[in-house]
Amino acid sequence: MSLDTTTFLAILAMAIVTYATRIAGLFIADRLVLSGRAKTAFDAIPPAVLVAVIAPTALTTGWAEALAAAITAVAATRLPLLATVAVGVASVVVLRQVL
Amino acid sequence: MDQVNPHTPSKGNDARAALRDILPVAVAAIPISLLFGAVAVGKGLSPLEVGLMSALVFAGGAQFAAIETWIHPAPILVLAFSTLLINARHVLMAASLGPKMRVTTTQKFFGFAFLTDESWALSERRALDRPITGTYWGALSGTLFLTWVSGTVLGAILGSFLGDPGRLGADFAFTALFIGLVAGFGLSRVNLVTVAVSAGVAALVYLVAGAPWHVAAGALSGIAAAYAAAGKEADA
Repeated sequence: MSLDTTTFLAILAMAIVTYATRIAGLFIADRLVLSGRAKTAFDAIPPAVLVAVIAPTALTTGWAEALAAAITAVAATRLPLLATVAVGVASVVVLRQVL
Repeated sequence: MDQVNPHTPSKGNDARAALRDILPVAVAAIPISLLFGAVAVGKGLSPLEVGLMSALVFAGGAQFAAIETWIHPAPILVLAFSTLLINARHVLMAASLGPKMRVTTTQKFFGFAFLTDESWALSERRALDRPITGTYWGALSGTLFLTWVSGTVLGAILGSFLGDPGRLGADFAFTALFIGLVAGFGLSRVNLVTVAVSAGVAALVYLVAGAPWHVAAGALSGIAAAYAAAGKEADA
């Protein structure tokens, strides 16, 4: 079990930055009164961010991943979360074999 | 907002509800955490360093991005900056969820150290009809924290024994999980426009500029698209 000093400092820097992003919102929450289009845009943050994070894997890796993402999306509209994940993982395994 | 909620939550019920909500997420996180540990060890980190990173940072996306680009000695400022870009979304997530939580300010500053996309998304869904208690948040994020830390350390120890994770499709679990979470926000016209624009821009920026710029670019474009798609009627 080794602990490199530079690695530890990098981990610490990542941790401090991450904690700062997690609590910064608490300072602006009270002043954040949104309505109309601004509210709609604010509500769109979660899906917008989640999709942006996975877009490279889903869309730029290959046909197997892109098709599996489409199948997962259809499954997501009618299945619970865990079943959706299972369908996604199973379809990517099968499609990688086939394609 | 200070009115007491008509159905007073009991701690047992809240803990049970949290465990029920987080279970599929925690199960999906197991292969992902094993994968992270195995990849990190392959990049030269020790199991101890993997455990420290998972416990102190506890942000899957930022950790994967860091490991993806890991070199020795670690480029501290570069890692800090890409972490900031990827985790900037936390600011808005906390701003949105903070007022919906029925806990003290001190508890918020402690509890939000464990804020993740998953626990946030689940809490926002629950907050649609009831406030979020400390018990619910603690059981939710605590379960995910223990799963993530132990899973990544186990993955680091097993390391090379796991073989190629892509073979089992484990590398796709994260993507499938996020697709499931996105669908949970509903299929309104605005949401569909948001998802299409965010995905398109993020993929394009990823191909042109690479990680981690695709996250900020895709997310901001998606949010702008939602603003545009909402139209003037939303302001009326």
